[in-house]
Amino acid sequence: MTLKHVTGLLCAAAMSLVLAAGARAEDKVVKIGVIMPMSGGTASIGAHAKAAIEVAMDIINNPHPELGNLPSAKNAGLAGLGGAKIEAVFADNQGNPATGQNQALRLITEDKVAAVFGSYQSGVTLTSSAIAEKYGIPFLNSESVAANLTERGFKWFFRTTPIATDFARIYVDFLADMKATGAKTDAIALVHDNTEYGTSVANTISAAFKEKGQPVALDVAYPVNATDVQGQVLQLKDKKPDVIIMISYTSDAILFAKTMQSLDYKPAILLADDAGYSDPSFIKAVGKISQGVFNRSSWVVGPPGSASAVIADMYKKKSGEEMDDTVARQMQGFFVLADAIDRAGSTDPAKVQAALKATDLKADQLMIGYKGVKFDDKGQNILASGAIIQLQDGENYVSVWPKANAEKPPALPYKGW
Amino acid sequence: MSFVLVQVIVGGLLLGAVYALFSSGLTLVWGMMNIVNFAHGDFVMLGMYVAYVVYTLMGGGPILGAPLATLVLATVGVVVYFALIRDIMKGPMLAQILGTFGLALLLRYSVFWWFGANFLSMPQDIVGGTYAFAGLRIEASRLLAGVVALLVTLGLHLLLTRTSLGSKMLAVAEDQTAAQLMGIRPDTMQAIAWAIAAGATGLAGALVANFFYIVPTVGETLSIVAFVTVSLGGFGSVPGALVAGLLIGVIESLSGYLIGAVYKDIVVYVLFLFFLWFRPQGLMGKM
Repeated sequence: MTLKHVTGLLCAAAMSLVLAAGARAEDKVVKIGVIMPMSGGTASIGAHAKAAIEVAMDIINNPHPELGNLPSAKNAGLAGLGGAKIEAVFADNQGNPATGQNQALRLITEDKVAAVFGSYQSGVTLTSSAIAEKYGIPFLNSESVAANLTERGFKWFFRTTPIATDFARIYVDFLADMKATGAKTDAIALVHDNTEYGTSVANTISAAFKEKGQPVALDVAYPVNATDVQGQVLQLKDKKPDVIIMISYTSDAILFAKTMQSLDYKPAILLADDAGYSDPSFIKAVGKISQGVFNRSSWVVGPPGSASAVIADMYKKKSGEEMDDTVARQMQGFFVLADAIDRAGSTDPAKVQAALKATDLKADQLMIGYKGVKFDDKGQNILASGAIIQLQDGENYVSVWPKANAEKPPALPYKGW
Repeated sequence: MSFVLVQVIVGGLLLGAVYALFSSGLTLVWGMMNIVNFAHGDFVMLGMYVAYVVYTLMGGGPILGAPLATLVLATVGVVVYFALIRDIMKGPMLAQILGTFGLALLLRYSVFWWFGANFLSMPQDIVGGTYAFAGLRIEASRLLAGVVALLVTLGLHLLLTRTSLGSKMLAVAEDQTAAQLMGIRPDTMQAIAWAIAAGATGLAGALVANFFYIVPTVGETLSIVAFVTVSLGGFGSVPGALVAGLLIGVIESLSGYLIGAVYKDIVVYVLFLFFLWFRPQGLMGKM
């Protein structure tokens, strides 16, 4: 060992002492970096997410015995860290993968966050989580569904949401059920934008239908944040598919709804893959001309007094909006991360990572309709699940499938306006 | 020709007329002052919000919303001219670009702060629904925007070529010092140009609001098209913007339908660059 090596080791030892001391001094507050689209075309999503995280922090940092089995609700702060409070450091990804990456770097190197949470768009999650992986900081994603995110061999990436492959299976089964009741579901068209989310989800869905021996009849791709979609709607009107599956963010979802009305076109079944169709501002803007659209969701408001109903109320007070599937999945993800840090009893990244790996939450410990939370080796929650909901009256989604927990039977055909 | 193709072309023409409508203000400012107004898209956005506020507060449709948006934005234009443009015009090109860009962000995030980030929408039937004849479907709100686009273009063109005010404005554009020697006040003329340009843009916003969604960042989505329309039509040429807008609308619609929507921008921009290669001054611009 040369002198240089010894000095290097000594320096490293000194630095780790300083870091450990620093960590102890800051134990009262655990910082979590939250990367969301706070500006840009999906800023409404970021605003809702911020309100949801703030409600989640309230629940974690203050005693909420009324929330039953929800971990970290009962006492104030994180018991495992001597009652330390969680503090979210919000960062704006502008809906842009490069910006998301920079923000992850800033949160990790400058704000010294214990973990990173985000980043809504699959394309942004892809880049920002790569930074966390490089620095060895846990990254929890609660809402990006592109399947490839957990196929990268990452060690620090955990995802609580059901993903495209889960939903593709749900769509296949749901449409098979609809066919059994007499609906025509033979020709399926996919309409999607050209982002990571749009293309990867479209690929996953089309693979799932192909496997079932029913290849997708028409694939309509369009550039995200389109100024005009008349051409695409006319293409659909021309080809007359029985079922359209929409994979779109809010702006394009609204434009499609308006254009379909003006060109007087409705398919028999319109099935949306969450995203824009779950945004409350979509329902306010064009819900009345999108009556009968199906959507996927993991969120169902329970009976009054249940944990999910209480949380929905808290969220509504905070944001003025109804709780939707996207924010519910985000809140749930944040709770899972807080619970892992609590169990780790430390903000040491390796300990938090180990605690995340050991996560085993049961359905009654959750605020959302998953069967539980348990991660596989790739970091994907294997107990995530979802259902089909329908915007029957143009104002509120009701669960319609599977039958076991449906509030109402599915109404066919698509009514529109 | 199939019916669908006719519908695609008609849709493209109406779309193009709207492009022309929200480009006319930009081309005027560009031609008059050699200033690229990066806040242009956000002027459109402000017009949309004025129309929306008029609708929600007073229940007024486009008959009330459109003139009010024109008026409000014309005022904004004058204020912006005296508070910002007059000074940055003396500065280097970079100051002009960053100045209007800063203004764009200021407007965008002020609206963001006041109205929130949610998407808003006017009721679908505020302008008399959709006309259908012989299988063709034309949305009344788009038709209205198209007709107004033609009228505004014609009006601006006549104003610039047939009135003494127009001659004075063009004189200032050509040579400020000489115009001043002739007793024309450049300040006043340019303030009027900003009022007209911003007013036309506000009107465009109010009309577009009837069939598009409203969100603080909508200017981003719309302004690129406006820049392309203006440079294709020729800097400063109002009729050029109209022809260019219609052309882009039809090309976009046709290529979107025939080749696929993700390729339509490629088609438009390849043709655009190819055209500028042969005619850098644009369709009707002067060298």
